[in-house]
Amino acid sequence: MSVLVDEHTRLAVAGITGREGSFHTLNNRRYGTNVVGGVTPGKGGQDVEGIPVFDSWEQAVAECQPNTAMIFVPPRFAADSILEAAAAGVELVIAITEGIPAHDELRVYNLLKRERAGGRSIRLIGPNCPGILSPGKANVGIIPASFFTQGNVGVVSRSGTLTYQIGNEIARAGFGCSTIVGIGGDPVPGSSFVDVLELFQADEQTELVVLSGEIGGSAEEEAAEYIAERMSKPVVAYIAGFTAPAGKQMGHAGAIVSGSAGTAAAKAQALEARGVRVGRTPTETAEIAVEVLGRASLPAA
Amino acid sequence: MDLLEYQGKQLFARHGLRVSPGRAVTTVEDAVAAAEEVGFPVVIKAQVLIGGRGKAGGVKLAADADEAREHARNILGMDIRGHIVRKLWVEHASDIAAEYYAAVLLDRSAKKPLVMFSVEGGVDIEEVAERTPEKLIRRHVDPLQGLTREQAVEIATAGAADADVVEGVADALLALYEVWLEEDATLAEINPLIVTPEREVKALDAKVSLDGNALYRHPDSDTLSDSENEDPIERRAKEQGLQYVKLDGDIGILGNGAGLVMSTLDVVAGAGGRPANFLDAGGGSDAEKVKQAVELILENDAIKAVLFNIFGGITRCDEVARGLIAAFADIGESGRSIPFVVRLDGTNDLEGRRLLADAHLPNVYTAKTMNEAAEKVVALAAGVGAAA
Repeated sequence: MSVLVDEHTRLAVAGITGREGSFHTLNNRRYGTNVVGGVTPGKGGQDVEGIPVFDSWEQAVAECQPNTAMIFVPPRFAADSILEAAAAGVELVIAITEGIPAHDELRVYNLLKRERAGGRSIRLIGPNCPGILSPGKANVGIIPASFFTQGNVGVVSRSGTLTYQIGNEIARAGFGCSTIVGIGGDPVPGSSFVDVLELFQADEQTELVVLSGEIGGSAEEEAAEYIAERMSKPVVAYIAGFTAPAGKQMGHAGAIVSGSAGTAAAKAQALEARGVRVGRTPTETAEIAVEVLGRASLPAA
Repeated sequence: MDLLEYQGKQLFARHGLRVSPGRAVTTVEDAVAAAEEVGFPVVIKAQVLIGGRGKAGGVKLAADADEAREHARNILGMDIRGHIVRKLWVEHASDIAAEYYAAVLLDRSAKKPLVMFSVEGGVDIEEVAERTPEKLIRRHVDPLQGLTREQAVEIATAGAADADVVEGVADALLALYEVWLEEDATLAEINPLIVTPEREVKALDAKVSLDGNALYRHPDSDTLSDSENEDPIERRAKEQGLQYVKLDGDIGILGNGAGLVMSTLDVVAGAGGRPANFLDAGGGSDAEKVKQAVELILENDAIKAVLFNIFGGITRCDEVARGLIAAFADIGESGRSIPFVVRLDGTNDLEGRRLLADAHLPNVYTAKTMNEAAEKVVALAAGVGAAA
């Protein structure tokens, strides 16, 4: 098993006719992901190297039954595209788009939450994220798949390149991944660390989880609590931004220390207080993960 | 994006929040003219993006033109914890019967707007929250419904606002929520929200942060903020669409991806170095972009060495190396006295490092791992010769 995307994924892409959208969609298809369609208003009836393009999510769902949506449209259209995909019945929406206004994200989050409260199954990953990769099964997004092989490590991260950095070091030590999930660097992500940890805890293939966090918000502190109370699997963490000054946005819209809240030190402390080991560098994080994995895979005496 | 007080007050007024009449000025003469226009007594307030202006002597009451002139002269040019005062806000002084506090902000944890209100205004609200948390009313709002009048009245009542101004406070909260919502603010705060002897409820200060990602919806707001006091390198970076944050060390840092760059700062600090900046160069393979980024970093005179940290994913390291070689050729000798450590790892990293080595760029060193690169750059910044 793995989480969120796998050989049953049927992907449709909003913004498939754009430069980035088509490049990464075709990359995903080359990896083996089942890409069934795309959505670009006004370009219905065209195709992108054989992938049919529709004018709306409603048509795409009616014609080719995608169960996963990837959003690659510019920020000002992204919120509507996410909501349209959800309304058309897609259950998993992965939003790559960077730069969506926080108020739009807030509206989307609360609308989807209301849908879930009404009994619907709908999940948003991102925005401003690199997507999801289940090695050997499916790749949805922009994660460079060549570094990763199938294995027992789950990765969840707010940053793309940092994920590749840590994941690659674990791979060099001979371990593979069940799934790599980028939850994105924005202030109101559709899914939090806790949401993804829940999935990894339930996933048979995943034996250890690497959590990569950064300054801003309190998602890492909430994860620490969840890990202590609900998780039996080991979690190793990394936090970026110890040297970040207060009040400055460090690249990601969500990476900002507000007053004394959201510091890397507080996050690392919260995790360690709950028994989660935190690496001081990406390399040390990978080393700890490898050490714990090595112990776990020793034959039981 | 943080706004100056007077900019926040202009947004407040637009949404029906009561503020005193005033004018923003940049010279002593204009300050005196503004004071005469709004009517004495006036308050002259330094416009800088930092708290504690009053304590620093940046807020003064003036009863006549002579006092206004003297205060304006003293405050203009004042350095308030690194922020130079270039602008003054001159407003008609208000009589104060009570000082309250009100704020609307985006609560990232609850993923809802949070309205806060207290009758203990005019002081540091974090202290109120710590010492007497029961006096700081906190209510989440359903963003799909918005703040209702009923809820606003409940908040004012729960916070023990004087009975005769409960409606006035509710009006202020509703207007503040409208500012937060319609201006795409992440924070809209009034401290103090005053009650005058005539029982008017009025914003005496304004602290507003706008969402930079939403500026396309507010073309008027794009020119706000404290641009004169912005770091010149940060301002240039913004114009070029690069994410740059100035820090106070001497090692320039650039890399691809915000998380990786943040992590690079930490690793360099851990190796005993002091990072001079944060700079996300994005994909990192476009020679023109690399050149822009390198030039930006070198604009900071404090720089003694630079670390370029690339983890190649979709972007291949050989492309990055070609971009770098082209950029260095273009930058020329003048910018080349500063040593560079280039760490290339990931897709096609061997080829990338070989290209760099073959180019024989003076003063450019390569590294494979982040830790190795950090140690090298720290040694170079300290003047410890050419690390191998």
